[in-house]
Amino acid sequence: MSEADAHVVILGAGHAGGTLAALLRQYGFAGPITMIGEEPIPPYQRPPLSKAWLKGEADADSLALKPLEFYREQAIDFRPGKRALALDRGAKRVRLDDDSEVSYDILVLATGARPIALSLPGAELKGVMFLRTAADAERLKASIGPGKRLAVVGGGYIGLEVAASGRALGAEVVVLEKEARLLARVANPTLSAFFKGYHEARGVTFELGCSVVGFEGEGGHVAGVRLADGRVVACDAVVVGVGAHPNQEIAAEAGLECARGVVVDLAARTSDPNVFAIGDVTHRPMPIYDRMFRPESVPSALEQAKQAACAITGRPAPAPEAPWNWSDQYDIKLQIAGLPFDADEVVVRGDPASARFAVFHLKGDQLQSVEAINAPPEFMMGKQLILSRRAVDKQKLADPSVSMKEVAA
Amino acid sequence: MAKITYIEHDGTEHVVDVKNGLSVMEGAVKNNIPGIDADCGGACACATCHVYVDPAWLDKTGDKSAMEESMLDFAESVEDNSRLSCQIKVSDALDGMVVRMPESQH
Repeated sequence: MSEADAHVVILGAGHAGGTLAALLRQYGFAGPITMIGEEPIPPYQRPPLSKAWLKGEADADSLALKPLEFYREQAIDFRPGKRALALDRGAKRVRLDDDSEVSYDILVLATGARPIALSLPGAELKGVMFLRTAADAERLKASIGPGKRLAVVGGGYIGLEVAASGRALGAEVVVLEKEARLLARVANPTLSAFFKGYHEARGVTFELGCSVVGFEGEGGHVAGVRLADGRVVACDAVVVGVGAHPNQEIAAEAGLECARGVVVDLAARTSDPNVFAIGDVTHRPMPIYDRMFRPESVPSALEQAKQAACAITGRPAPAPEAPWNWSDQYDIKLQIAGLPFDADEVVVRGDPASARFAVFHLKGDQLQSVEAINAPPEFMMGKQLILSRRAVDKQKLADPSVSMKEVAA
Repeated sequence: MAKITYIEHDGTEHVVDVKNGLSVMEGAVKNNIPGIDADCGGACACATCHVYVDPAWLDKTGDKSAMEESMLDFAESVEDNSRLSCQIKVSDALDGMVVRMPESQH
């Protein structure tokens, strides 16, 4: 059997899986493709769920990666509402939750991640929500509006984006964070302070360094969040945004190498040459930083979809990209390129008070990452410098009167 | 509704009908036309939906925001008629428009 008529089975119909299916056809792959998704709808973009979609500025059609008829036209057998229960690598077969079995020649795990749940008293109450899927967003949207009190557990990007959207919809918003600062896992303290001030000026209140110990209910619906110090924060709805777990159980049970996710190489191949993995479920090589990481971002999922599509169709592997991500809150656009691994120096360019600045992380004179607030030149040039690994003049970098083009020259 | 012609860097033409209100980027992506990556899905955060607008149509595509201007300034192979296609809203006025894609979006 040649690769050209192999049966490709994609488990997961999210951003990664949907992009891979489309890319395979775009690259001329003519064999059968089956895409199995747990959700009832075709692949869609998740990032707008906490932003444009929540605020009513985007509809289901605009979220969809491709219209439903695309999958039929492109002979992609899309099977929604189904979950894979077990993988038999010897027989090259997957068992689904409707007891049917699907045989594959090439399997792609694009099973994503799921929100970390809090195993606390009252966590099962109505109104305690997560934000991962369109259905989650639908529930959340229905419960925030003028005068509603929204408690956000977790001051990460999801939490802050929901807080901003909640304020835009007229809700009262309190963010509860266990660390002493916002975005503690993912951003520099300068950014943490900036976002805190920006949100506070727009009416969000914060409880930092607080520990949530449970949820209080009234008639089965959440009415408050209990803190370790005994206080109860009254609310009408709760969003928990405290991170995500990779959906890697099916891979681990089938004996595929797993670490903080399913371990893959730069072609998105797992330890089984007939099985690929892409997107949030993977623990992947980051060649620039010479290490493995689980990035959990759309750009990383897209890059891996390209890697897998190239490997499956025999195209040369795509050039490595600098990892990047973004967040929109109010009129703030945060763009991040790279990751601050092993950084030993921080250079702030511009004045945070102006809401236009960038925080650069360097290792020696090489740029590891940049966090740019309303600062596209710093993001775009920073991304190029991170990839090129060229030495950077820190004095020029710190001086906003020297253009980024000159800094990179 | 507008008929838009997307021309890949190798000259391959794709003519599709795009609904009013969608962006020129969405018209390409939803029809699986190669050459427009649109990694950020239209948030004006990535500059991977760069196109060259046929000069005859450039005025009809509207003004660039400061954000778009700034992102484009640092993209590869930018010309006077470069736009980020996620920032161009489709309307009847764009019926017949031609856009060309650069060699690479990355």
